[in-house]
Amino acid sequence: MDKGVLSVVSNEQIAERIFRMEVEGELAGRMTRPGQFVHVKCGAGIDPLLRRPISICNVDTDKKRLTMIYRVEGHGTRVLSEYVPGQPLDILGPLGEGFPVEGRQAGEHALLVGGGIGVPPLYYLGKQLKQRGVRITSVIGFGTASQVFLERELAELGDVHVVTIDGTAGVQGLVTDVLTGEYGLGMSDWDVLYSCGPLPMLRALQDKYQPAGKEGYISLEQRMGCGVGACLACVCPVQEQGEGRKYRKICSDGPVFPLGEVRLS
Amino acid sequence: MTASRTNRLAVTIAGIHMKNPVMPASGCFGFGREYAQFYDLNRLGAIAVKATTVEERQGNPTPRVAETPGGMLNAIGLQNPGLEDVIAHELPWLEQFTELPVIVNVAGTVIEDYVQVAERVSEVPNVAGIELNISCPNVKCGGITFGTDPDIAAQLTAAIKKVSKVPVFVKLSPNVTDVVTIAKAVEAAGADGLSMINTLLGMRIDLKTRRPVLANGSGGLSGPAIKPVAIRMIYEVSQQVKIPIIGMGGIQSADDVIEFFMAGASAVAVGTANFVDPYICPTIIDELERKLDEFDVGSISELTGAGWKR
Repeated sequence: MDKGVLSVVSNEQIAERIFRMEVEGELAGRMTRPGQFVHVKCGAGIDPLLRRPISICNVDTDKKRLTMIYRVEGHGTRVLSEYVPGQPLDILGPLGEGFPVEGRQAGEHALLVGGGIGVPPLYYLGKQLKQRGVRITSVIGFGTASQVFLERELAELGDVHVVTIDGTAGVQGLVTDVLTGEYGLGMSDWDVLYSCGPLPMLRALQDKYQPAGKEGYISLEQRMGCGVGACLACVCPVQEQGEGRKYRKICSDGPVFPLGEVRLS
Repeated sequence: MTASRTNRLAVTIAGIHMKNPVMPASGCFGFGREYAQFYDLNRLGAIAVKATTVEERQGNPTPRVAETPGGMLNAIGLQNPGLEDVIAHELPWLEQFTELPVIVNVAGTVIEDYVQVAERVSEVPNVAGIELNISCPNVKCGGITFGTDPDIAAQLTAAIKKVSKVPVFVKLSPNVTDVVTIAKAVEAAGADGLSMINTLLGMRIDLKTRRPVLANGSGGLSGPAIKPVAIRMIYEVSQQVKIPIIGMGGIQSADDVIEFFMAGASAVAVGTANFVDPYICPTIIDELERKLDEFDVGSISELTGAGWKR
């Protein structure tokens, strides 16, 4: 991890409130692990003051290019959406513990489940899994058709099921509605789960697959201060309140945790 | 020339020698482990570590932070591993930084808690000083309740002075009507120095949920937004006490450090800015030397109180 100034290559809207930004610089070449994140200074002044944690969607380590997909949610991301090509962007990263891919065997079946702005890190993960010969099925959920993104890119890696709450694209409902035998995604149809998305979605997945003993990894989101584990802003409790630390820091112990490690309340 | 070029940044506060006047502020730097990944902590003038209580504390529910214009609110709630763990693991880990005075921030619910923590940590060889936290706004008992009443603040200070083997700095709250009264009370009770200021009480409300953003409701405001308040309070207090002041509150640059010195500080602590730039402390230290040339100053300690001295 380090701090670096990268140069904006492109920054364009790809869906409702969703932007894709590509930046280039030496630091990007070091972002090899899927599921890690970068802490971005949006604007040069003191407002917004704090950095914004943004997931790593894709990295071209040869070209030293990082792709981030973010949703304009507040002041910081609005400022970020106004960056133009050539502009310098101050980035701290790569941060956190990402999705584990070591040890995955060719022929295994990985289930990637993403919700909304939780979808982007699954793309870099899927690329690396595919390189290992892992079969990939992605299930991605959005509110409505105008918010759907990354469907085409994920389709290059394997099967994709799109789900929207209002049914304007793909299957109507929630991502969990397609995780059934009907779609060939029943409990025994896959070997490992990777997920990132809203807390209720992650909770539903953990509640369903943890008791079954399935292997899975979930990526959490939280307001952060430092992003490196010092300020204790983004903690969450562990499930087993035994010996040792009773909490995890989402920024530095996570954002990815094995199913069953943290309490999602 | 009274100061050689190598020690123009050196200061001595309450007998603690610092090679430069910059330390990270308590609560913004953990116990140093995270930032040691970025640079050698020996570069710092000192380190003020996370508040330590007798027992381990889990802190407040999340969200614990919220941003404000030029600042941030936090309500961490003194989360720390507890006295025994700090003595067994955190302070020994800091021993590798042989040129780094350690200041331990001490917190508690009742006077006996403070006394127990202060007595134990002051016996640890690499602990150079204690910072009494009588100003945390985010815990229900203790903290700020000790810092808003001059008699109670003095009583606590005296009790700690009895047991501490190292200098005692009292960290003052800005959430009082007259900070000078509190400062004079703790000085009279034997405080070796003051740290000021802690955070200002604040709140943000989420427009969608119509509820406070922080799970704790209110939180402590820090960052550049509070710098003028800190400058004013240090300016007032430093003219009324003889003990040195560690100035803090929104410092982001070497210019800010100079301003705090002119207000009356003898050293400074950098807090929130570490979150924005992990290299901010060494960056400020490097810049300070150049600033002394710019302002034609021999050594930084000459600037203490320059804003009011005739």
